[in-house]
Amino acid sequence: MKWEPVIGIEVHVELETASKMFCGCAVDFEAEPNTNVCPVCLGLPGALPVPNRKAIEWITKIGLAFNCSISERSQFHRKNYFYSDQPKNYQISQFDVPVCHDGWLDVMVDGVTSRIRINRAHMEEDTGKSIHVGDSGRIHSATETLLNFNRAGVPLVEIVSEADIRSAAQARAYAQDLRTVVAALGVSDAKLEEGSIRFDANVSIRPVGTEPFGTKVEVKNMNSFRSLERAVDYEIHRQESVLKSGGIIHQETRHWDEGEGVTHSMRSKEGSSDYRYFPEPDLLPIEVTDEWRDAIAATLPEMPAARVLRYVALGADADSAASLAGSAALATLFESAVEAGAPGNVAANWLTGEVTAWSRRESLDVAESALTGEHVRDLAAMVAANSLSSTAAKEVLGYVLAGEGGPVEVATAHDLVQISDSGALEEAVDEVIADNEEQFARLVGGEDKLIGFFVGLVMRVTGGKADPRAVTEIIRSRIG
Amino acid sequence: MPIDIDIAHVAKLARIELSEEEMAAYRAQLGVILDHAAKVQALPTEGVPPTSHPLDMVNAFRDDVVTSSLDRDEVLSQAPDATDGFFRVPPSLDNE
Amino acid sequence: MTELSQLTLVEAAAALRAGDCTSVALTESVLDRASLTEASVHAYLTIDRLGALAAAEASDRRIADEKPIGLLDGLPIALKDNMMTKGIETTASSKILSGYIPPYDGTVVRRLREAGAVFVGKTNLDEFAMGSSTENSAYGPTRNPWNLDTVPGGSSGGSAAAVAAGSALAALGSDTGGSIRQPAALCGLVGTKPTYGLVSRYGLIAFASSLDQIGPLTRSVQDAAILYEAIAGHDPHDATSFPGPAPSGTERLGAGVEGLRVGVVNELSADGIDDEVVAAFRATVDRLEKAGAEIVELSLPSTATALSAYYLIAPAECSANLARFDGVRYGLRVAGSTVDEMMSLTRAEGFGSEVIRRILLGTYALSAGYYDAFYGQAQRVRTLIIQEFARAYEQVDVLVSPTAPAPAFELGAKTQDPLSMYMQDICTIPSNLSGHPAMSVPVGLSASGLPIGFQVMAPALGETVMFQVASAIEALSDDIGRPVLEVVAS
Repeated sequence: MKWEPVIGIEVHVELETASKMFCGCAVDFEAEPNTNVCPVCLGLPGALPVPNRKAIEWITKIGLAFNCSISERSQFHRKNYFYSDQPKNYQISQFDVPVCHDGWLDVMVDGVTSRIRINRAHMEEDTGKSIHVGDSGRIHSATETLLNFNRAGVPLVEIVSEADIRSAAQARAYAQDLRTVVAALGVSDAKLEEGSIRFDANVSIRPVGTEPFGTKVEVKNMNSFRSLERAVDYEIHRQESVLKSGGIIHQETRHWDEGEGVTHSMRSKEGSSDYRYFPEPDLLPIEVTDEWRDAIAATLPEMPAARVLRYVALGADADSAASLAGSAALATLFESAVEAGAPGNVAANWLTGEVTAWSRRESLDVAESALTGEHVRDLAAMVAANSLSSTAAKEVLGYVLAGEGGPVEVATAHDLVQISDSGALEEAVDEVIADNEEQFARLVGGEDKLIGFFVGLVMRVTGGKADPRAVTEIIRSRIG
Repeated sequence: MPIDIDIAHVAKLARIELSEEEMAAYRAQLGVILDHAAKVQALPTEGVPPTSHPLDMVNAFRDDVVTSSLDRDEVLSQAPDATDGFFRVPPSLDNE
Repeated sequence: MTELSQLTLVEAAAALRAGDCTSVALTESVLDRASLTEASVHAYLTIDRLGALAAAEASDRRIADEKPIGLLDGLPIALKDNMMTKGIETTASSKILSGYIPPYDGTVVRRLREAGAVFVGKTNLDEFAMGSSTENSAYGPTRNPWNLDTVPGGSSGGSAAAVAAGSALAALGSDTGGSIRQPAALCGLVGTKPTYGLVSRYGLIAFASSLDQIGPLTRSVQDAAILYEAIAGHDPHDATSFPGPAPSGTERLGAGVEGLRVGVVNELSADGIDDEVVAAFRATVDRLEKAGAEIVELSLPSTATALSAYYLIAPAECSANLARFDGVRYGLRVAGSTVDEMMSLTRAEGFGSEVIRRILLGTYALSAGYYDAFYGQAQRVRTLIIQEFARAYEQVDVLVSPTAPAPAFELGAKTQDPLSMYMQDICTIPSNLSGHPAMSVPVGLSASGLPIGFQVMAPALGETVMFQVASAIEALSDDIGRPVLEVVAS
C-alpha cells in the first residue's frame, strides 16, 4: 500500500503596528510585564474594542500579496473559549466572512513548482503570555502559571492553506516562501524563533490514487523551518505505521518534541472545540471598497518571485537570485552594483558568497556594513583587470566591509595590488630564469612541474604581488 | 413540551460548577424558557438576513496611535493574586 | 431641607443661578433624605458623601464666580452600579465584583463629571442588569417608595427608587429589555432609552451588547431631555457609537401633538395587560386625540415573538460578556487546584441564579447544533421586527403602548417563576431589538395608589418627536404627586 501525505498549513503572523488591534496600548515585546495594558486588552468590565485601521490595511496587503480576493464586507466574530491568557475568555476573530479568501502561493521543490491554494486570511487578536512555573521545570508538572498581558490584543493575521501540500519538504518550502513574502511587505518582522510568525500543520495520509481525506492530525510547536520539516515527516511516517499495523488515526492535536524527534499526543481538551461563534456585536462590519483595496494594492512592493526573475535577467544565476531577493540588504546592494556598472553574475556571486559569509561570521546585517554598490563594482573591475588575485580580493572585501574605504584605496593601502603589467613581470621572470639556469634547462627539457618552482620564485621576488597566471604565461613563452 | 438539555455539558462550556440538584433545577427551568423561546421557529424567515447591529453602519476604526496604558500597580492591586508584576493563577490541566 | 431634594433638575439649576440655594445645600438635602429612607428603601449600594460634597463645593465656587459649566453643574445625580466609576466601588450588584474598584471612568460618567454633576452614589440593580424587580441583587432588594412591600421594578430599580424617594434629583440607568422604562413606570418617573448608539456604552458593564443603552430617570420630561442631551454623542471608544450629531431632545418640548399621527400597537395594548393599566392607557390616548393627534390602530404581529427572540439574543450575548468574570484578573476568586476548577467554583459562587440561568441559556443557544435554530433564527426574527416597525413608521410619527403590564407587584410574587418575571418586558423589549428610542411617562395611579406608566416609541434618531409627544402627555396628565414614605430618623 502506498500512502500519500495530505498536508495543510496554518500560519499566524503578528503585525508590527504601533498599537494593538483593539486599543491604543503599545505593541512592545521588550516591555516589563503588564505595563502595556488597558481596560480593553485586560478585559475589564465595561471595556469595548475599536479596530486599528492600519491592521485592516495590512491584512488586505497580505491577502493581495497572496493573490486573494478581498471580501467587500467582512465580519468579526467572537470565538468563545476559557483560558487564563484570554482576558475576555473569547477571542475577537473572524468566522465565515474573512477579509481575504481564495488566494495561492507557488512553491518550488527540487525544480518542480506547485500551486498551494490559500483558503483564507483573517484578522484576530493575540493572547497574553503564560509562564508555567513548576518545580521540575517540565510543563506538565507546573504548580502555578504567571500571566503577562502585554501581548494580549496584538493584531494577528491567520493564513490557512488548503490541504494541497504533499510532502514535508514542500511544507517547509511553503512555510519559508510564505515567510519571505510577509517579511517583504514590511508588516511583520516574521521571525519564527521569536514567535512573530507561527506555523501549525494539519497532516493526514490516504492511499495513493484515492480522493477522500484521511483523519487529520494537528501538529504544533515547530519552532524552526527545519523542525517543521522534521515534524511533518515524522508524523507522516507515524501515521503510516499506525495504519499498516491495523490501527486508526485519532483526530487530535500533537506536540512536536524537537529533542526526542517525535510528536506527542496532547491530552484532548474535551468540549473545547465548540467555539460557539457569533457575530461580534461590539464591532461593525468591515467594508473594503474597490478604491480602498486599489490604494492598498498600490503600496505592494515587488513580490519575491517577480524579483527573482528580474535578477536572473540581470545576470544572476537562479540560486543567487533567490538568495538576493530574500534579503532586503543584499537586494539593494545588488541593484545598485548593477546600476553602477557591475556585471550581474559577478556582483551576485560576491554578494551571495563572500559578503554573506562575512555577515554570518561577524553576526552583522549587511546593511550595517560600509559596503556600497559602487564598491562591488570596483572590486569586480579590479579582479577582471587582474589587479587583484582572488585571495587578495577577499581580503580587500573584508577591509571595505569594515569601513576602511573603497576597494582601490584599501588595496593600495594594504599593498595588495597585483602586478599584472607585463613589462614588470617579464623583467621579474627573466631575472629569475637567469638565476636558475639549471632548473630552467630541466623545465625546457620537459619537467613541467618546475613551472610552479619558477612561479613561486617570481612571487617571492615581487613580494607576492605578481598575478600568477600572467607569470605562468610569460614563463611558458620563454620556454619557446 | 419542555426541551431537554445536556445541562452538564453546557455548564462545563460555561465554566460554572453545579451540584446535581442545581443541574436538575436549571435543566427544568431552561426547558420551559427554551420552549417559549422556540416560538421564534414558527416565523418564516427564509431569505431574511440576521441583524447583528440595529444601525446599518460599517467601518468604525481608530488610527494606529499609541495612547497611555494603565498603571501596573493600580491594575495588580485589584488582582486576586499577583507576584513580581505578573498575575498568578493555579496551573492548567493541559498546558499549551 | 427636604424640599430641595424634591426639585427637578431645571428647578434646582434655576435656584442655584438665582442664589436661592447652594449645591452643597442641595447635596446635603439629598444625602439627608438618603439617611432617612435608605433603611427601608435600600436604593443605594454605595453613597459617596465625601466625594459628593467636594464636587458640590467645587460647583459652588464656579457658580459664585458666575462660571457654571452648564445646567447640570452642581446637581446631585445617582449612577446605577453597572457603570464604571474610577476609585468608587462598582459591583453590578454581584458578589463576583464585591469590593472591585475600577481604574477608569466610563465615557458617560466622565462627561457628567466634566459637566459638574455631583455623584451621590451607586444604586442597586438586578445582578448584571438581569431582572425586572431588583430582587436579583446579591446585596438585597430595593423597595418601591410608593409601597415598601412592592418592587421598584428592574433592573434599574435602585436608580428609580432613589429619585422617587428624594435621595437624588435624577439618576442614570441602563436599558436592555426595559430596565429604565419599567422601573420608571413602577416608581412614577420619566424613564428614557435613547436610540441605540447615541449614548456611549464604554464603561457600562455589558449585559447584551447589541441591546444595552444608558439613559436618564427623571421627575420631568424636560429633565429627561436635558440629561439625555448631556450624555448623548459620538464616542471614539465605542465602535457602535452613532457617528453623527445626536438629535435634539429639547427642541420641540411643549410643541403639542396637533397633527401628529400616534399609532396604538394592538398586540401590546390588551393581551396580558392589567385592566387598570389598559384603562389608564386608553384614557391617555383619548387625551392625545382631543389635543389634536390622529390616532391610528396598528397591528405589529412580530411583537408577539419579540420576547422569545430577546430571550435567545440577550442571554447569548451575555454568556460571552460575562465570561471575563473568572477570578483571574479582578473580582472574587475561589481557590481551585487547577485554573479550570478555580474559574468554575468562582463563577458558581460569585453569580446568582438568574445570572447563571441566563448564561446557561445563552451558552446552549449558541452551541454546536443549536445555533441556527435558536440564536440564528432569533436574529432573523429581529430583522422581521425591524422591518415591521419601519413599515409602521411610514404611517405614524410615534407608537404608543403601556410601559409595564401591571403596577408594582409584591416582593417575592414572581421570583419562583422566571417566565412570569420575563413577561414584565413584553411592551419594552421590541424597541431594544429594533434599536429605536422609547420612553415612559407617568400618567396616573392605580386604585391602590401605585404609579402607571405610558410608553412612547419613535423611529431611530426620532428623539425630538418622542420628547415632544412625551411632554404633551405630561402636560395632559394629572400630577401623581410624590410617594409618602414613612421614614425612620436614624
